[in-house]
Amino acid sequence: MSSRAQVYLLALVFIASGLGLTLYKNVALNFPLSPGSLTRVWEIEAKVTFWAKPQTITVDLALPQSQDGYQIIDETFASSGYGFDIRKKGTQRRANWTRREAGGQQTLYYKLKIAHQKASPVPSEPPQASPIPDKLIWSPAQEAIAATLITQAHALSADPSSFATQLLKQLGQHESIKGSQSLNDPHHRVSAANLALQLLTRAGVVSHIVRGISLTDRVHNQAASELLELYDGQNWQIIDPITAHFGLPEDFFIWQRGGDSLLQLEGGRRSKIRFSLIANDLPAKNVALMHAQEPNATLIDFNIYSLPVEKQAVFKLLLLVPIGALVVVLFRVLIGIRTSGTFMPVLIAMAFMQTTLLTGVGLLSALVLVGLWIRSYLSQLDLLMVSRIAAVLIVVVMLMAVFSVVSHKLGLEQMLNMTFFPMVILAWTIERLSITWEEDGAREVAVQGIGSLTVAIVAYLAMTHALVGHLTYNFPELLLAVLGIILLLGQYSGYRLNELFRFRSALD
Amino acid sequence: MWIKRQKKLRNAGVLGLNERNVSYISRYNKRENFPLVDNKLKTKKAATAVNLPVPELLGVIESPAQLKQLPALLKDQQSFVIKPARGSGGKGILVVNHREGEQFFKPSGALLTHGAIRHYVSNILSGVYSLGGKPDVAFIETLVIGDQLLGKYSHEGLPDIRIIVFKGFPVMAMLRCPTSDSDGKANLHQGAVGVGLDITRGTALKAVQNDKIISHHPDTGVKFSDLAIPDWPQLLKLAGHCHDFTALGYLGCDIVLDKDRGPLILEVNARPGLFIQIASGIGLRPRLQTIENLIQKDWHVDERIGYALSCFSAPANK
Repeated sequence: MSSRAQVYLLALVFIASGLGLTLYKNVALNFPLSPGSLTRVWEIEAKVTFWAKPQTITVDLALPQSQDGYQIIDETFASSGYGFDIRKKGTQRRANWTRREAGGQQTLYYKLKIAHQKASPVPSEPPQASPIPDKLIWSPAQEAIAATLITQAHALSADPSSFATQLLKQLGQHESIKGSQSLNDPHHRVSAANLALQLLTRAGVVSHIVRGISLTDRVHNQAASELLELYDGQNWQIIDPITAHFGLPEDFFIWQRGGDSLLQLEGGRRSKIRFSLIANDLPAKNVALMHAQEPNATLIDFNIYSLPVEKQAVFKLLLLVPIGALVVVLFRVLIGIRTSGTFMPVLIAMAFMQTTLLTGVGLLSALVLVGLWIRSYLSQLDLLMVSRIAAVLIVVVMLMAVFSVVSHKLGLEQMLNMTFFPMVILAWTIERLSITWEEDGAREVAVQGIGSLTVAIVAYLAMTHALVGHLTYNFPELLLAVLGIILLLGQYSGYRLNELFRFRSALD
Repeated sequence: MWIKRQKKLRNAGVLGLNERNVSYISRYNKRENFPLVDNKLKTKKAATAVNLPVPELLGVIESPAQLKQLPALLKDQQSFVIKPARGSGGKGILVVNHREGEQFFKPSGALLTHGAIRHYVSNILSGVYSLGGKPDVAFIETLVIGDQLLGKYSHEGLPDIRIIVFKGFPVMAMLRCPTSDSDGKANLHQGAVGVGLDITRGTALKAVQNDKIISHHPDTGVKFSDLAIPDWPQLLKLAGHCHDFTALGYLGCDIVLDKDRGPLILEVNARPGLFIQIASGIGLRPRLQTIENLIQKDWHVDERIGYALSCFSAPANK
């Protein structure tokens, strides 16, 4: 394979993998491509209270799962004095608190955070033999009414879903169907959903209760809402037992689908579960990171985020260097700007990041000019080169000290950051420029000086751009794409922009 | 406008720096052959080994300890040139064209003492003029006294002839004439005049100073159109030989004409500049491609020159 083909292949692989990984992190792991994008995060607190009986206590609470639209990013359990465990029951998870004995009112907390974002939906299971709902104690009259309701709904409907609609409508119209409320035992209040479930099951429609909470900001002591879900032969359909509307209501977070009751208690009475909600808008990246701590996100495990925070800050800066290098390559290969030292502008740009641009340019120009002036005097002293550069270096350091003290007295604090200028490089640059001055004249010094400064400023602007910083830090794999682009530029054989002018007299 | 201009340049066959680097230098010049030409002392020795004429070597100073030998080396010399072996772009060359006892004079008339020369050499040794500041070696050679014929095209310094040689075929040439602007140096960036030469005859095509076409030398007032390099076939042959002893596919060979010895090889450049296209008003690419398309065989230097003479004559009206 020719070297040209190799370069193209490598560049293609690098760019494709860089962009591919970025896309994967964006689509699958919800890392935002732009800085400052926010994700709504709901903090839900479930509070279980009950009165303990003098016996062993077991509390069994159904737990929610990530679902279409909501991703669980964090969950905590608070229950002092209780043993705690999470058990899988079928596809459901249940929290299990246990204690040998306790007295008085007991309170258990379960907190979770859910992010409002796309997540892989839990595949809807094919219908299983749903557990038979709690048997209600019905009088013969009640049995008769139930049978009538079912017969009427059956006559007015065509399929399971329209049957459910009709049934729920009749249940809701207290007056027209006299006595349907009497199905509710006054001593053992049955919820509308439960009542409907009884009737549906009796009519042979596969259905179960869906419990959840409607997400409203700053709501306290909300009870769980109940919906019905029935299988129409192909899909599960959610229906509201009161309004008989199909579909999931907006901002509804499903806590439990089918299965046993929400809360089961042994060894207590008057158990209650209430929910409190708070909404927060958090940076999307933080949210992505939170749920990326799940064990399946290997890509994140071997990432910069796994480093200690102060090391991350260093990397944040390091990851910008390739961007500066890209700018240098672009300017040299495509435009043809001459700089003093190939990658010196990148170092200068990094120093500008600490001092801010205007201060940096001012300081740098002052340092180089004073340095050149002193160097021109030193060249008359016939010193050996190493001593001369060392002398310039010391002068540069002293100048920095003087500038710092003066600026501090004047209250210009950002000038104190000038220590970030690469002193040794600066001393070398002064030496080089000074020789260029002697050999090629002041014009060449100006060309190289302004060229370096221009490239440094553009590199600075690129490296401090919020989007660039965000992308390099959160998608370091993009550096592969940068590498690919630089490889391609290494093969570029077109004219440089300045050559279009340089060679114009060749055409005359 | 840019796209139009780019198209025009492309049609004219003008070679850009990127294309030169990617398609010619990195393809035809092997890395291992660079040190020979990047070090002028090595080039000089290699050329001498194959009996090619070069300015005579007077002495070499390799380390600060040898600085003491400097006065002894210069004892019998009325004029000489001190060069850094790895100076880039003609940097760091010191010319002394006459002396009075222990006082040396530069062509500009500036006075130098032994101490100043010693300091100059010590600067060379510490790498001031070499690429990347690497420690270097200084060497002393005789000052070439220029041929009378070319003298009138030059102010103070010595004009030199740059010939681009591709795969051993001379493809383009120019004469570089120092001016007062360039301070007696044959450096085109500083205002020396570049005179494009007809590669087949060694006669002037046009003259360019600071990107402007001129007809007369700014200092001596001599007309360039009458210029013809003496011994032209001999120069082409020297250039052709440079390919053989350096093993470089794409090179620029710098030749000076000595009053007594005739053409001498001054140095060989593995990355010759592209100004030659401006001076000649001709693009390099068509000529390079002509050579690239030739059948592969072992061409003798005379065959190569014969081929170049047969197909690289400049357009008649230029």
